[in-house]
Amino acid sequence: MKNLKLLLAGTVAALAFAGSAAYAARGTDGDLKILFWQAVSTMNPYLSGGTKEVYASSMVIEPLARYDEKGELVPTLVTEIPTVENGGVAKDLMSMTWKIKPGVKWSDGTPFTADDVIFTWKYCIAPDGGCAQAAQYEGVKSVEAPDPQTVKITFTEPKPYPYSAFVGAQSPVIQKKQFENCVGAKAPGCTSANFGPIGTGPFVVKEFKPNDVITLTANANYRDAAKPAFASVTLKGGGDAASAARAVLETGEYDYAWNMQVEPEILAKMVAAGKGKLETAFGTQVERINLNHYNADPSLGAKRSTKEAGPHPSLSDPAVRRALSLAIDRSIIVEAGYGAAGKATCNIVPAPAAVASTKNDSWCLKQDIAAANKLLDDAGWKKGPDGIRAKNGVKLSYLYATSTNSVRQATQELVKDMWSQIGVGAELRNASASVFFGGDPASPDTFQKFYADVEMYTNNFDGTDPEKYLAEWLCDKVPSPANGWQGQNIPRYCNPAYDKLVGELSKTAELDKRATLAKQLNDMLTEEGAHIPLVHRGSVSSHSLKLAGVKMNAWDSELWNVADWSRAK
Amino acid sequence: MFTYTLRRLLFAIPTLLIISFVIFALLDLAPNDPTGDLPLTIPPEVREQIRASLGLDQPFFFRYLYWLQQFFINEPLNILERMTGWQFGDGDRMRVLSWATRSPVVDLIVQRLPQTLWVVGLAYVFGVLIAVPIGVISAYKQYSIFDQIGTFVSMVGYSVPTFFTGVLLVVIFSSYLQWFPSVYDTNLVVTDFSSFVQQIKQMALPVAVLSLFNASQITRFVRASMLDNLHQDYVRTARAKGVKEKSVLLIHVLRNSLIPVVTVIALGVPTIFSGAIITEQIFRVNGLGQLLIIAVQGADIPLVQTLTFIFAVLIVLFNLIADVLYGILDPRIRYD
Repeated sequence: MKNLKLLLAGTVAALAFAGSAAYAARGTDGDLKILFWQAVSTMNPYLSGGTKEVYASSMVIEPLARYDEKGELVPTLVTEIPTVENGGVAKDLMSMTWKIKPGVKWSDGTPFTADDVIFTWKYCIAPDGGCAQAAQYEGVKSVEAPDPQTVKITFTEPKPYPYSAFVGAQSPVIQKKQFENCVGAKAPGCTSANFGPIGTGPFVVKEFKPNDVITLTANANYRDAAKPAFASVTLKGGGDAASAARAVLETGEYDYAWNMQVEPEILAKMVAAGKGKLETAFGTQVERINLNHYNADPSLGAKRSTKEAGPHPSLSDPAVRRALSLAIDRSIIVEAGYGAAGKATCNIVPAPAAVASTKNDSWCLKQDIAAANKLLDDAGWKKGPDGIRAKNGVKLSYLYATSTNSVRQATQELVKDMWSQIGVGAELRNASASVFFGGDPASPDTFQKFYADVEMYTNNFDGTDPEKYLAEWLCDKVPSPANGWQGQNIPRYCNPAYDKLVGELSKTAELDKRATLAKQLNDMLTEEGAHIPLVHRGSVSSHSLKLAGVKMNAWDSELWNVADWSRAK
Repeated sequence: MFTYTLRRLLFAIPTLLIISFVIFALLDLAPNDPTGDLPLTIPPEVREQIRASLGLDQPFFFRYLYWLQQFFINEPLNILERMTGWQFGDGDRMRVLSWATRSPVVDLIVQRLPQTLWVVGLAYVFGVLIAVPIGVISAYKQYSIFDQIGTFVSMVGYSVPTFFTGVLLVVIFSSYLQWFPSVYDTNLVVTDFSSFVQQIKQMALPVAVLSLFNASQITRFVRASMLDNLHQDYVRTARAKGVKEKSVLLIHVLRNSLIPVVTVIALGVPTIFSGAIITEQIFRVNGLGQLLIIAVQGADIPLVQTLTFIFAVLIVLFNLIADVLYGILDPRIRYD
């Protein structure tokens, strides 16, 4: 008993000590070794929207404000977050004003001013630049500088949720002096600037080897004199997720590895080696099965999955859509493929907590084969000799598409088995991710074309406000040959009442009301069976026990607080 | 011989042009897309702008001609400028740019080449050095225990894929024994003895994996070729004349047996440059193979196109070298 107490006391002391390590002086903790199994291609997130590029560059260039691990906005380069209450956002919601912190310097020692912010906006909206983050600046009419410390953003129409431009790792501020001659079509030519942007962040690029390794050193001009604790960072790329996990958890060669897409039982074995631990953060990612509302019969040729093909012969029946959802045991899918990195969900907007609905959890989260069978029986779908239900010659047999990925294929198998219990057949198909998500209008296998009855993938939204995301299910966003298969309403869901409610959301500014509307919209989609939400996916990363200060963040870059990381002693 | 070589070189030009066109057409037909890896939060209209900025909105033939101009005119001029310091025109030429990194493809290749040559090249050299003696002894003592073990090991080495042996070695030597690192440190610069040891350590596993694979292949060739020659009449004559067994084996038989082996080795040299895609990926060696696979996955077409084309050039070139070597080594063969 005494020993136990001693042990506990020791643990408490050790924890306290680990916490205090954050007060170390700048550059005293040596080298921080990070492993990304997908190598970083460039340090300019405006030229590549890939997650790995956004994360890596977040150590160097920073936005005006970012999201913390709870999804709350925190000021980075500004004094406070502008709101209607503090006068930062105009009452008519047509403009907002950011006040830059005094004394912020670029890593080359020059002062950070509002001019750089204006330039960043111009850089991204320049024609022929192909700016990957252009969506962040959507609805921005102008960016002006009343004085060098003030940035005023004016919108083209009232913006109830104005935090998009210069907020989050996707839209960091770049230095005007460095990128002045790299605007528009000239952007790709500025290799040295794109590989080594000058920033305000805790680290500075020392050497960049594209698709391989980045060496960074502490920024001598960083605004907090005591940070970062590490003198340098080595960010290595390449390989695969399992061996990256091994390098942190088993061999201890690395301090941090990103995106552990590894089977849960393999990860558990590695963690047992006692060298590191896993960190999970839940953002807005939801793995879902989209149900095609249009007919996807191959005999329709080019017309399939379009309005001309007509409604789907069986999936247009609400009873079928609900039965398909009822038949699925989401907890088994989570257990088999996601482990700690997944939670069963019935929402397409699963987070943040303020907008996450619980309305449908009662009927939807639990598998109910009997209820599903009854629904189908009542709707007149009768089992044939092959065990597959049919009505008027229409069989409940579906082509089930997804991208190639071992977890997705395992999930396909599980769902197929669950559906077979209610007399629904499935033919499984998968396409390489770069084809499936590639959006090539000439390919029949893209998720936008949806030449299948049901398809499964993950989507999410940036930041914490779901307005833009929920607008993806509007009637006019249905992909079709007329718009080159562009459009995000992949299930081809169309409901005028939904459209009207989205319109209302875009005019509402009060956060409470917005949350209520968002929940209503989310519930509508689930209840009407636009899709079947399956798993709320978290991001999992691993870090060594010798690393302190990691706060896993699903709302912004995972490396958002790398300045606070230190060596645990 | 000279006119033959010249004729072959001239003939290689249309061959390579056709190859470059076929590669370009195949890559264009492939249904992947450079924006395919981007998060879905990036809306379709932004993706369209990205594609346009990469030149994907241009017609196919125009893009092909543009690549030809970039690769055959702009890049050589650029290299010439850098080597000589002269300036041709205004020096503002569009180089072949990778879509993922937006940096010149040739720079990426130059950066990757040394690692590939060191790791894969060394493995090839080791493979040959191991393979020849084993092949010779195996053939000379056919069906002995040595031959049986040699055959077994080479069959295992040949049939077990490198993605298995690689991971196996990592699990044994990195995770369990912790003798060697599992991740290749590409920033390591050899400056003193300890960094040299470090370099040897990190090269040990990938080189071992590849050496086993190369040696297995070449051993079989050496053994078969030795067996062919051992039963020839000239061997019996040499023995009858009382030539020492060592001379018979190492001078008469080995030299004749090596003729086809040298050809095989020469033909295998281009595979050194194309890198060992899987092994480089497992050990995170930043070589050309890894560059190629990342480019393929990310639909970085200019990079894939340029790399594959360079491999095609090397294959055509080493085919010619193998043919010429054959002629030099074997006096019976004359091309003119």
